[in-house]
Amino acid sequence: MANAVALLRTEALSVRFGGEVAVDHVSAAFYPGTLTAIVGPNGAGKTTFFNLISGQIRASAGEVWLKGERITRLSVPQRARRGLGRAFQLTNLFPGLSVFENVRLAVQAEARRDFRLLSLASDHHDLNARSAELLETVGLSKRASAPASALSHGDQRKLEVALLLAGQPDVFMFDEPTAGMSVDEVPPVLDLIAAIKRDREKAILLVEHKMDVIRALADRVIVLHQGRLVADGVPEAVMALAVVQEAYLGSTGSEG
Amino acid sequence: MRLLSEDRPGHWLLAALLVALLLVLAFAPFLLPGTKALAVAARILIFIVLAASYDLLLGYTGIVSFAQTTFFGLGAYGVAIALSGGGGWLALILGAAAGIAVSVGLALAMALLSLRVRAIFFSMITLALARFAQVLASEWRGLTGGEDGLTFSVPRLIAPGFHPFASPILGLRISGTVIAYYLIFAVTLVSFLVLLRIVNSPFGRVLQAIRENPFRAEALGFRTIFHRALASALAAGFAALAGAMLAMQLRYTNPDTTLSFSLMIDILLMVVIGGMGTLYGAAIGATVMVLAQYYLQPGLSLLAAAARGIPLAPALFDPERWLLWLGLIFVLVVTFFPAGIVGSLRARANAAAHPPIA
Repeated sequence: MANAVALLRTEALSVRFGGEVAVDHVSAAFYPGTLTAIVGPNGAGKTTFFNLISGQIRASAGEVWLKGERITRLSVPQRARRGLGRAFQLTNLFPGLSVFENVRLAVQAEARRDFRLLSLASDHHDLNARSAELLETVGLSKRASAPASALSHGDQRKLEVALLLAGQPDVFMFDEPTAGMSVDEVPPVLDLIAAIKRDREKAILLVEHKMDVIRALADRVIVLHQGRLVADGVPEAVMALAVVQEAYLGSTGSEG
Repeated sequence: MRLLSEDRPGHWLLAALLVALLLVLAFAPFLLPGTKALAVAARILIFIVLAASYDLLLGYTGIVSFAQTTFFGLGAYGVAIALSGGGGWLALILGAAAGIAVSVGLALAMALLSLRVRAIFFSMITLALARFAQVLASEWRGLTGGEDGLTFSVPRLIAPGFHPFASPILGLRISGTVIAYYLIFAVTLVSFLVLLRIVNSPFGRVLQAIRENPFRAEALGFRTIFHRALASALAAGFAALAGAMLAMQLRYTNPDTTLSFSLMIDILLMVVIGGMGTLYGAAIGATVMVLAQYYLQPGLSLLAAAARGIPLAPALFDPERWLLWLGLIFVLVVTFFPAGIVGSLRARANAAAHPPIA
């Protein structure tokens, strides 16, 4: 792992809100072909750590590097364009637009055709074909013309994955992708993530509470506790550490 | 359908309404007797462009601006100032072009400077700009004629006294006013089709994405500040074009006809009544509002006269109370058609196809 070139790296990344240090000097590197689960009790700073990487929150100190480029000062869209793909914890779609249009927008973002004013969106056949393909991949072809808001929760999460895939990012960030799903909705989403993993070029970051999901997917686990990185290693070893037992299992994660 | 950018009305009633509107407006000089009717038809056309331009901002992008009248006024004053010094078509075209250019530049600058911060801040800036433009037009008498405004003559071809043909055509004596009307009709039709194309382009889809979820649009990699700025600039440009047409048609311009705050409210109501984010709604809304403004009062006079014997009724239908009735109509529309006329009709057509899952 250590001799591969990191796709994403954080360096003493910190942010404070008022007097509160939410993320405290977190240094971590993420490698291609590796799925890293980020665990920790509620309020440990996992989602804040994600927000610092994808740019929704600016760091108070420290750096973020993506493919060797310092992206700490870049905006959210600038980071996305450089290969950072993020799915959100709370379903975060374009509710009034059709399922197909949701995906088409993500495909269009990747194709950088957003300033075509006088061509018809429906005439960009290559983008439409790719969108249809992605809907097929996540199993939503039948719902293509329904508004995103009409989808079930599980289907919305699948659509979220389709948007992420559309961007063809180098780094995938999933924030509790199976949260709030019914039992039978979970496996298809996990299969999608496993499929991304099989492409050895991509680094995957996964914030997750569910132990079975971590066991099934993670190559590596890092533990955040009170904003600090307290453990890092292969899942079996990390989960056995006393500090993790205390920090993570000591608190029963009620969400997710 | 290509001409409509594949954006079908979506409901048979709406399609029928739009075809009827198009036909009546296309043959208005021949169908509607009198100069008032033709003036109202021209006003409907101009306000279709103005409301559609505002819908691009409010309905499609979700930007709340109160400065649409400012750009409308810039277009009108551009033409007025250019034609006040005499001159013909060249002055008219240059005046309109200058008004449009200044509007686009101003909107771009304003958007790039203030849309970065919170949306409410942008709205406040537009409010300040609208007020500033009003004060400037009232006070800078040397340029704008102050409250009195500017009265000017238009090129001979579109002046009322011009009669190109000795005998009537299809029973109508063609005058410069009719030619001006058809010029406005053509510009409106082209503008509307261009706007329809823009909202159905890849760019237009990004605007809708920004309206639906700006946060997610950014995470997809859209640098939304530029999309918002361009939408503002386009909206300002088309509003200025509408203003230029109004000045040309009225042959005068003053702060009241182009810059007043009540006018801004009218535009807002047109878009809301018609249905935000549908463009066809802007056309329907503009038509409904202009008709109400011109015919509600005379209509009420008739009602009041008819109801003379009934107690209280004449007072209720007093023409002076037309705003009360307009308000009532607005409340009814918002209550029963919360998505506007077009939005509600479309929703009805879609509901059958895609029942929502709870």
